[in-house]
Amino acid sequence: MASEERHTILDVNALAIGYSHKSDTNKIAEGISFSLKQGSLVGLVGANGIGKSTLLRTLSGMQSPLDGSVLLQGKSFKSYSALGLAAQLSVVLTEAPASKNLTVQELISLGRQPYTNWMGRLSEIDIQVINEAMEATDTFPLAQRKCFELSDGQLQRVYIARALAQDTPLILLDEPTTHLDLYHRAYVLQLLKRLTTEKNKCILFSTHEIDLAIQLSDLMVVMSKEGTYVDQPCNLISAGRFDTLFPKDVIRFDPDTGRFGSI
Amino acid sequence: MESSRSYKVSFLILLLLLFIALLTNISFGSVAIPMNEILSTLFGGETSKSSWHFIILDYRLPKAVVAIVAGGGLAVSGLLMQTLFRNPLAGPFVLGISSGASLGVALLILGAGAFGGYLSGLLLSQWSLVLAAAMGSFLVLLTVLVVTFRIKDTMAILIIGLMFGSITAAVVAVLSYFSNAEQLQQYIFWSFGSLGNQSWQGVAMLSLFCGGGFLLSYLRSKSLNALLLGEHYAKSMGLHLKRTTFWIIIITSILAGSITAFVGPIAFVGLAVPHLTRQWFTTSNHFTLIPAVMLCGSILMLICDTIAQVPFSEYTLPINAITSLVGAPVVIWLLVRKRKLLF
Repeated sequence: MASEERHTILDVNALAIGYSHKSDTNKIAEGISFSLKQGSLVGLVGANGIGKSTLLRTLSGMQSPLDGSVLLQGKSFKSYSALGLAAQLSVVLTEAPASKNLTVQELISLGRQPYTNWMGRLSEIDIQVINEAMEATDTFPLAQRKCFELSDGQLQRVYIARALAQDTPLILLDEPTTHLDLYHRAYVLQLLKRLTTEKNKCILFSTHEIDLAIQLSDLMVVMSKEGTYVDQPCNLISAGRFDTLFPKDVIRFDPDTGRFGSI
Repeated sequence: MESSRSYKVSFLILLLLLFIALLTNISFGSVAIPMNEILSTLFGGETSKSSWHFIILDYRLPKAVVAIVAGGGLAVSGLLMQTLFRNPLAGPFVLGISSGASLGVALLILGAGAFGGYLSGLLLSQWSLVLAAAMGSFLVLLTVLVVTFRIKDTMAILIIGLMFGSITAAVVAVLSYFSNAEQLQQYIFWSFGSLGNQSWQGVAMLSLFCGGGFLLSYLRSKSLNALLLGEHYAKSMGLHLKRTTFWIIIITSILAGSITAFVGPIAFVGLAVPHLTRQWFTTSNHFTLIPAVMLCGSILMLICDTIAQVPFSEYTLPINAITSLVGAPVVIWLLVRKRKLLF
């Protein structure tokens, strides 16, 4: 298997996440260990409020872990400079960019900021990377449109293109499928899948699209009250990990179809 | 971020407009001077009356230069604040700079009585007003900066600036209550704003501060562009958020602080000019926007000043009122036409 030769991007060891203010500590989840390799698509699922966003923030270095370690390319976040980290890790957040007056091309080009000079002047390499990012996300036809003119589905593609333009081995996405219709939810996740196989990216995304994530992910992180489990989706199903995801009074997981259905 | 269009022609038009506005501004005043005399004076020639020479070179020209520098400076600092706070309503004075300046001036003028008549004459020279305004804004700024380093939320700075505005307004109100009519009038005249009565020395000093401010803000354009995506995105692209916030606040203070110190509070220009400029320059790239906003601010200020001196009359209206009277309807009209205010 080729996966044995793949290079490890992110190594998480006995991680505890949460918030600490002076005296009191609010631990949200603990004992999280996994490692993510190049070219893998990893879905992060869990009920609302279980700590998906906190985990993503911790993994992107925006928040410090309470305990345990996160190693990016074998190094801790502290040993990276701000620009060095920006060359390793890009994010797609749930919050919309503050200015919607940017054109699609301008927004995607901003992804090259860690590499450009003080003027932000784009070199030939920068332009080539931007064009590849636009090609991969099919955003070329939108290039000169303003962001406020776009639909949610188009915007999500533009945000992903910006992360691609940042040209990092690891991309973290916080709920990229929210606000999208069924077609675009599947489209975005398939786009992510294609980026892992074609561009050898390591992509971690949180989502509420559990059935789509089960079908497409190479690895899944399931956060539930019992604990956090990381494995291939089929193993997680046979171990019954999805049963504990939600309270059982309204919906139930069907291991045969890999979907949730109402009781 | 590369501009998708080139704005060379637009910049040429702006420069031309600036030149026309400058000539118009110098041509009009309480004394009518023919255009050819003005041109010959400006380009080093002789005039038929020596008083014209004096009026043009020592009164009208410095006033026009102050208008250009102040208009451009306020507009650029407004742009910086709108980008930093990602809020289209932000202007150069959201950090409490003008309230700080008015507090300084109020303490000087209204408090002068406390120092006794002998000192007050000494205190109320042109330079002492400038100094008081500068010290007032510097004090408020220092407090805002200390607070900035203690809190994480940029929006909180906005509220703190507003609170400082309320506090200073209250202190000024208390001071006014205990002042006599003459002092009050003097304070109110300062709050009208005035572009004129500057010596060339003052003009040079103001230009020096503002020139530095323009240069520094242009050098920050890349960071400002990153901020358009929001703080988290900007950070994820390697931006030092605290350092950038600090610099933007410092630059705004240099620009807005020095302008307020020299010409008094001038409303509206800083808030509106960035929006007016964005109607024409449809980019968000600060490398284009900063010079464009600067030129538009200068042009608008020259026009407002031309109106304020009420051509062919003895009257000079308060510039602070004219900027709003002229500008606000323009912004309303733009909003009604375009239906949205983007930044």
